Amino acid sequence: MSTGTVTTTPAVSARRRHHGGIRKRDATAGWLFTAPVIIILGLFLFIPVLMALWVSVSDWTGRGGPLSGGVNFVGLDNYKALVAGGLTTSDFGIALKNNLWYVVLVVPLQTILSLLLALLVNREGIKARGAFRTAYYFPSVTSTVAITVLWLFLFSTTGAINKVISFFGGRGPNWFNDPSAIFHFGATTGPAWLTSGGALGVTWWDWLGGPSVAMSAMMAMAIFTTSGTFMLLFLAALQNLSPDVDEAAEVDGATGLQRWWYVTLPQLRPTVFTVVTLGTIGCWQVFDQIYTATQGGPAKTTLTPAYLSYSASFGSQQWGVGAAIAFVLFFIIILFTLVPRWLLRERKPRQFRIRKATS
Amino acid sequence: MTTPTPVVTPVAALVVRRHSRPGLRRSGLATLVTYVVLVGLALVYIFPFLINVVTMVKTDADAAANPLSLVPDPWSWAALHRLFLNSDFPTWFKNSIIITVAVTLGRVFFDSLAGYALARLPFRGRSVVFAGLVAVMAVPGVVLLIPKFLVVNQLGMFNSYSGLIIPLLADAAGVFIMKNFFESIPESVEEAARIDGAGAFRVFWSIVLPMATPAVVTIIILSFQGSWNELGHFIVAANDPSLTPLTKGVAQLASGALSAGSQYPVKLAAGALMTIPVAVVFFIFQRRILNAAGGAVKE
Repeated sequence: MSTGTVTTTPAVSARRRHHGGIRKRDATAGWLFTAPVIIILGLFLFIPVLMALWVSVSDWTGRGGPLSGGVNFVGLDNYKALVAGGLTTSDFGIALKNNLWYVVLVVPLQTILSLLLALLVNREGIKARGAFRTAYYFPSVTSTVAITVLWLFLFSTTGAINKVISFFGGRGPNWFNDPSAIFHFGATTGPAWLTSGGALGVTWWDWLGGPSVAMSAMMAMAIFTTSGTFMLLFLAALQNLSPDVDEAAEVDGATGLQRWWYVTLPQLRPTVFTVVTLGTIGCWQVFDQIYTATQGGPAKTTLTPAYLSYSASFGSQQWGVGAAIAFVLFFIIILFTLVPRWLLRERKPRQFRIRKATS
Repeated sequence: MTTPTPVVTPVAALVVRRHSRPGLRRSGLATLVTYVVLVGLALVYIFPFLINVVTMVKTDADAAANPLSLVPDPWSWAALHRLFLNSDFPTWFKNSIIITVAVTLGRVFFDSLAGYALARLPFRGRSVVFAGLVAVMAVPGVVLLIPKFLVVNQLGMFNSYSGLIIPLLADAAGVFIMKNFFESIPESVEEAARIDGAGAFRVFWSIVLPMATPAVVTIIILSFQGSWNELGHFIVAANDPSLTPLTKGVAQLASGALSAGSQYPVKLAAGALMTIPVAVVFFIFQRRILNAAGGAVKE
């Protein structure tokens, strides 16, 4: 994005030469115009981050200001508490495990669903395209709180989802109160070689168990509310594609599916990358729905690092630990936005195949 | 969330017309299957909201017994009655309106001022300011919950409207939108006024800003939705019940802090009513929202 500034420089210097008298006035005005934004961002983004950084290496307990005399520097103790063992470690481990499954399952599903919606809406000869687009996008407009309230009702024991399940002769779970892990398939205890070892105070058996039934309902909600937004991104990309390439492939005898896989999909790669990145960033920040619906329960299976950071600080008054979790989360988000960049990087052999298919 | 279906119908007129390619034959069956899937999915996306609206006027027992029914049996105004006369809901609504209006006005003014300076006014340090904005946009919001509380508290703004409003005025993304827009306006427009000796603010206020209506509308939509739906900041910036906005109030209502039993009609009524303002804004500006959200990837 820094290229934007570079390209404007010649124009700027040209203008300076033309009216030198205005230059000084412009400089003052420039700073005056940007001052409100700089002050607000500095005061409520930059300084807070520095203060939280300090709190994460201090023993502040929430009494008085974090900068007052009674607060001591404790080095990396708060960060060590996240990995050293004990309750803090297992809570952090559970939160990481919960959110990791959330990311691993929600990101691909929402990407595929939004791409599918865009492809369907974009099909030739479809009328009332705008109405469908609006219907799929509407959940994205509403607040997470309002959707969560609705979700609690739909997924309650006597709710709409279980009613639909009962039409098919099944019996739905008590969704938001069911802590059983979906990949344990009803088993209450695992083999010894999985339950004996573990990481961050969570056994391998639990790491591999997948999300709980309660968390699955949360994940369904995330997919429901985000697929509309991402559909719009795919739709914009699809409408920007030149039909010529597709027609050339068709003339060459490529079938519909081949054209889609070898011609359309590779051209959508930048959009897939954007959607996966935005999706990942969003999925690691799950907070509003946990605060509204479950507060981490049942049995901590909907605990996320974001919510744990909040509850450790504001609930248990462990401000250092809460701030440390926030910074670890920040680091995780940066890490996870780099992963799709690496996975979706341009690869030579594939490019060759595309050329073969289209030429 | 006011029964979306009738409002949706005029959208058909806005459909982007794409010329059908000659020589390309689609089988009627494939189109039929596409329609079936599209309509089925649309039902999945819209039906929950219909259930939400109808359950507002159901009794607790009816909501539990017939969760899928779109006909209340019997009709009951008890939930709405309780919400408006026996709860803090009106206070929450008032607070949300105050905060949203203040944040939106503030963002429109500050974002366009800064965007104009970054696009047009050459000043030393401009690229540093720009780089700073990029860095700020990369920080995820959830990470800032504790930090924001610390500063709001330190500045003595805890439990005040200023603490709820001013931190939300920090909006780097909006500055970018305005900057990009101002860069797309030909410079010759303001050049004449500047040579005539008009000051930078005068040029900005009476010449450039009136031309920027599309970008300003985008900022209004984004900050309206953003501040109306914000939750995290309101949790950490105040704990006085009289300063609770809708998101926080309804979240606490949902988690059962204020009520015994499930009481779904009351909760769903609160959720539906708090959605009406964003839904209205969405349907008024829907073409612009749908295009702007989709166009973001093109840059």
